[in-house]
Amino acid sequence: MRRDVFQAIADPTRRAIILLIAAQAMTPNAIAAHFDITRQAVSKHLQILAECELVTQAQSGREVIYELNGAKMGEVDKWLEQFRKIWEDRFTELDKVLLTIKKQRNEK
Amino acid sequence: MRSNLTFDFTVDKANKSILIKREFDAPVSMVWDAYTKSEYLDQWWAPRPWKARTKHMDFRPGGEWRYAMVGPEGEEHWAIARYRSVTPQQGFDVQDAFTDAEGTINTNMPQANWKVTFQPQGERTIVEFVITYEKLEDLEATIQMGFKEGLSMAMEQLDEKFAAGKK
Repeated sequence: MRRDVFQAIADPTRRAIILLIAAQAMTPNAIAAHFDITRQAVSKHLQILAECELVTQAQSGREVIYELNGAKMGEVDKWLEQFRKIWEDRFTELDKVLLTIKKQRNEK
Repeated sequence: MRSNLTFDFTVDKANKSILIKREFDAPVSMVWDAYTKSEYLDQWWAPRPWKARTKHMDFRPGGEWRYAMVGPEGEEHWAIARYRSVTPQQGFDVQDAFTDAEGTINTNMPQANWKVTFQPQGERTIVEFVITYEKLEDLEATIQMGFKEGLSMAMEQLDEKFAAGKK
């Protein structure tokens, strides 16, 4: 199955997990304690996040902890920001065109 | 961007669509003209530093707008917009695709359906776009193309922003 960062952030629970571990790396149990869903469901979400490289696993003593991959999150932001920026610029140009049209029509 | 004009931009991957909403400080009749007449579209449609250049435009259901996006080095990317339905002063539906200079559609490039609606808001106008892609990959490809093409300046600004955020 195809996995990418956008798929990962499409789910509200996964977004909540991202926010949670953005502050501090956590064990799966600690993450699960924040949600009203089964430990298995949390594991499934973590697995998807890991496949999309949004989170990485690290060993902390005998436990596995999950931490956020900041670089990958930046990639998501960048893509969307870039695309949004194109439209923003385009509309700024349109604002100017509309001003010109207004002037032309007022002169008539 | 002028902060007093609302601007919403949402990528809805589940529905393979992009939703864009923007308010303009002009009545519907003027905004409508800016979106449906080539002499105006040529002035604003292409993201800078690119410029749009119309070959021909026939704005009516079944009609088409053929144009090129011309880059700063004179490079041309041809595109076609085929109008499927038009409700004057209210909205139109259009299918958009990349073509070669002769107007043959490049099926390897993303195609999208655009639904554009105009709503009066006093002396202002709210324009809403729903851009729907056939495949999720097409949506992603479009985002990546925007990423690559001619927008190095915006990129650098973002790079700076991210660099600052990491410190």
